[in-house]
This record gives sequence, structure tokens and C-alpha cells, in this order.
Amino acid sequence: MSAPSASLYRRRSVTNVVAIGLSCAAALFGLAFLGWILWTLLAKGLAHLDLSLFTQDQPPPMEEGGLRNAIVGSLLMCGMGVLIGTPLGIAAGTWLAEFGNHRRLGAAVRFVNDILLSAPSIVLGLFVYAAFVMNTGGNFSAIAGALSLAFIVLPVVVRTTDEMLRLVPVQMREAALSLGIPQWKVTVQVLYRSALPGIVTGILLALARIAGETAPLLFTAFGNEFFSLKIGGAMSAVPLVMYKFAGSGYENWEHLAWAGALLITLFVLATSLLARAFLLRKRAAHD
Amino acid sequence: MTPDRIPSMNDAHLSVAPPVREAALPEAPPIKIAARGLNFWYDKFHAVKNIDLDIPEKRVTALIGPSGCGKSTLLRVFNRIYALYPKLEAKGQVLLDGENILDPAYPMNRLRSKVGMVFQKPVPFPMTIYENVAYGIRHHERLNKAEMDARVEQALRQAALWDEVKDKLKDSGLGLSGGQQQRLCIARAVALKPDVLLLDEPTSALDPISTGRIEQLVEELKQQFTIMIVTHNMQQAARVSDYTAFMYLGDLIEHGATGQIFSNPGKQQTEDYITGRFG
Repeated sequence: MSAPSASLYRRRSVTNVVAIGLSCAAALFGLAFLGWILWTLLAKGLAHLDLSLFTQDQPPPMEEGGLRNAIVGSLLMCGMGVLIGTPLGIAAGTWLAEFGNHRRLGAAVRFVNDILLSAPSIVLGLFVYAAFVMNTGGNFSAIAGALSLAFIVLPVVVRTTDEMLRLVPVQMREAALSLGIPQWKVTVQVLYRSALPGIVTGILLALARIAGETAPLLFTAFGNEFFSLKIGGAMSAVPLVMYKFAGSGYENWEHLAWAGALLITLFVLATSLLARAFLLRKRAAHD
Repeated sequence: MTPDRIPSMNDAHLSVAPPVREAALPEAPPIKIAARGLNFWYDKFHAVKNIDLDIPEKRVTALIGPSGCGKSTLLRVFNRIYALYPKLEAKGQVLLDGENILDPAYPMNRLRSKVGMVFQKPVPFPMTIYENVAYGIRHHERLNKAEMDARVEQALRQAALWDEVKDKLKDSGLGLSGGQQQRLCIARAVALKPDVLLLDEPTSALDPISTGRIEQLVEELKQQFTIMIVTHNMQQAARVSDYTAFMYLGDLIEHGATGQIFSNPGKQQTEDYITGRFG
């Protein structure tokens, strides 16, 4: 009786050790590449991360310069993209969660939104090129760039708004409605307040995602070697400059590309941390 | 004091357990809500079957029965909260002060301000304690700051919560304990000065001490409100209610004074359920 159970126990503990070992190895394998990427970025980018990066515009080959035009362009277009995509996304997500939830149309919209969520960003860029740029006289513009970024923001915000609203306990809705308050008011004044940290997190993650996008800007904002604040004209962005500089062969351009890469990574990191902080605050408030 | 108040005092010198109310109420109170031929469907599922039920004014009526018997469903018809969901349908009449609230012409705003509801899970709004109570009032009435302060205090006192929260009205309602949150929900409902309070298993998520407080509160609230309470707890129904309705599989099996239902039920099914033989 005791002998077979002892061997069974040994076999299980060996299996256990093997399984844990494999899981750890897989996790380390993944993390190692992330560490490698970050290390390379720091090693190659940190040396060129200085004040002139923010005060000077992108230079011709072999000359000193910075990324001011690209940084400002990125901030402008990402900001506009979020400003365009967020209200639409919140409105659509609200409809999905509060009104379309039980309807077939709601299920269809949710499905289409999931497709948009995983659509290759270059397709969105091409769409804006065909639908907007070509219809405005083939004129590349920051507005077009922002539009294509908004198409990336939109499904993310729709999804998070939808999910966060559906996480609000159904009794909260019923309690507010049973006070005689109309549904739109319940949604805006009670449910949004409850879902806000989650929705803000979604917006921040969308911002982090578009900050590094190159493809949708290629045929829309196009890029601009000079500093520009004209949203009706071509505009630069950090990923666009990286795309142009990284493989150029000019040493100073490549340095700037690394600095830009590090800058974007730090921005994404900061936004993600902010998003986490919002989620943690939500959890703390609900415990 | 009218004779029909006396039963609750009779309990004091009844030494035998269980503490059940006297059966006969000498003077029948007026009827506040009357269901007539009420049916309810969840799509094709017939959840409430042709029910006639009278709810007396300023009394506590308990709805009991095994899970799925339709008691919560019935309660949710009385303020039409079910209308939030598609494919649910109520047919028949529910007369509140003689007016049929199931009539689509009956204004929802008026219905909801007359019939308040408290749910199983305490769900304070994500606002301050003060705002939780003031929020509903603000939608129905225009009050100045002093009037609103007075109304909020009154509602919190009615819910026996004032002394515990008077120094932290600006704190979040989510920071209160479960029992306090439920009393906040009661305060939120009574703040609108409704006629009727619907309590859907209000203590099933609470510990025994909080439950005791809520039951005590129900006792006080019935001075002003007509109360319907759905409960799974037989002792609770016996303790807090004046009338009890027993439902089974969507039918109203028996309805009468609580003392009579618990001590001398008219139907075998009622007796089996109350004595724990099923359910």
C-alpha cells in the first residue's frame, strides 16, 4: 500500500519540478528579449538624449540637430487623434453597453469593432489616404495623420468603455433608475463615475499605442523636415523620423533615431504606468 | 393608538418561541397596492401566474417561497424596474392608490418617486455619503442648500445612519461597511419620501448584527411607509412582517396575516415550506 503511493508521489513531484522549470524558462526567455531591447535602447540612445534634442529641429546629414519638429508633431497629432477618437469611442461604447447590449445589432457592432481593433495600422493609413488625402487635393496634412491615429484610438476606447460599463454592477443601474432618474442621466452621472478609471486607462493605453505608430502616418502626415504647427500641412513625427534616419548610414542621423526610439519607449512606459496607477486607484476605491 | 398597532406589543409578554405576530388584526388597514390577474413572462417563461394580492398600507408584507418561485419578479413589477430589460412582459393590473401602474400612460417618474427600492447587494453610488442621498432628491425637487441639508439629515436619521456618518458626509459612500452601505441605500430611497418601499432580500449579504439593525429599521419605517420585503429567511419574515405571501412556482399559494401563516397555514405546501420540508 505504501510503496505504490510513494512512487506515485515521487513521480508527481518530478513532474511538478519539470513543469515549473519549463514555465520559468519560458518566462525568462521572453523577459530576456525585452531586457535586451531595453538595454540596447538605453546603451545607444541615452548618450544622445540631451537638451538639444528638444530645442533643435532635425538636421541635414552630418550636421548637429535635434528632434523638436518631430516631437511637437507627434504630440500634436497624437493629441488630436485622442481628441477625435475618444468622444466617438466613449459614445459608441456607451451605446454598446447600455443600449445595444441585448440586441443583435450590438453584437454585430462589437464584432466589427474587434476587427477594427486588430486591423493592420497601415490599412487604416491607406484608408485615410484614399478617403481624405485624395479628396483634399492630395494634400498631406497633420489632420489626416491625426485621423488615421484616431482610427486606432477608436476601437480601443469603444472596447474599454463597453467593458468597464458592463463591469458596473447591474444593481447600481437599477438602484439609480428606481429613484426615477432617466437612463441617460444614470449613465452620465452614476455609471461613468464608476467606470471612469477604467475608461481613462483605455485612453492612455490607446495613446501609448499611437505614439509609436509609423505606418498610418506615411501616407497621411507624410513627414516634414521643418518645424510646423500648421495642421493643414505635412507634419513630422518621431516614428517617421526614425523610419527615415535609422538605416540612413549617416552617423548623426542614426544617433537621433536611437534617441527618438528611447524617447518613445520612455513615453509609452510613463503612460502605461499612469494607466496602471488609475486602475489601482479604481481597485482601492472599490475594496 | 389604533388597536391594530397593538400586536407588536403583544409579543413582549408572549414567552413562547417563535416570536410570531398575533394573527387577527381587528381593523383591516386600507389597501395601498393591489395586484389583479397579474402575469409575468421572461420571454416564454411564465414566472408569475395570475396573481391577486392586496398590500395593506403602512404594514410590512413579506414575500416568501423557494428560489425561482417568482417573489423577486413580483416585487420588481411593482416599480416596473423590469422594463429595463427587453423581452420581459407583465400583464394584468397593479393598482397603486387605485391607478394601474402597468398602464403605459402612467408616468415612470411618478411611479419611481412613489415606490422606492432597496436591493440585495448594497450599491452606494460612487459619490460622497451626502451626494448619495441628495442625488435622487435633486432630480425631483429644487431645494436650496439648507433645505437639502435638512432633507439629507432626515433621510439618514430615518435610516438610522445619521449618528455614524454625520461627521463624514463628504467621505465616499464606498468606504462604509456593508451594513452601513445598505442603510445608506435605504436612506437614498426614503429621501424621495415614497409611499412604498420594496426591499429585495435586503439583508442576505449582511452579517447577523447588521441584519438585526435593518430589521429594527423596517419596524420603524412601517410607521410611514408601506413595505414589501422579499426574504429567504423564515425567521426574518416572521419577525418583521404583518402579512406574509407564500409563492411557489409562480403561483401565490397563500396570503394572510403572518401569525396565521406561520402558526396555522391553510395549505399543506405552505406548511411544508415553512417547516423546512422543502425549499
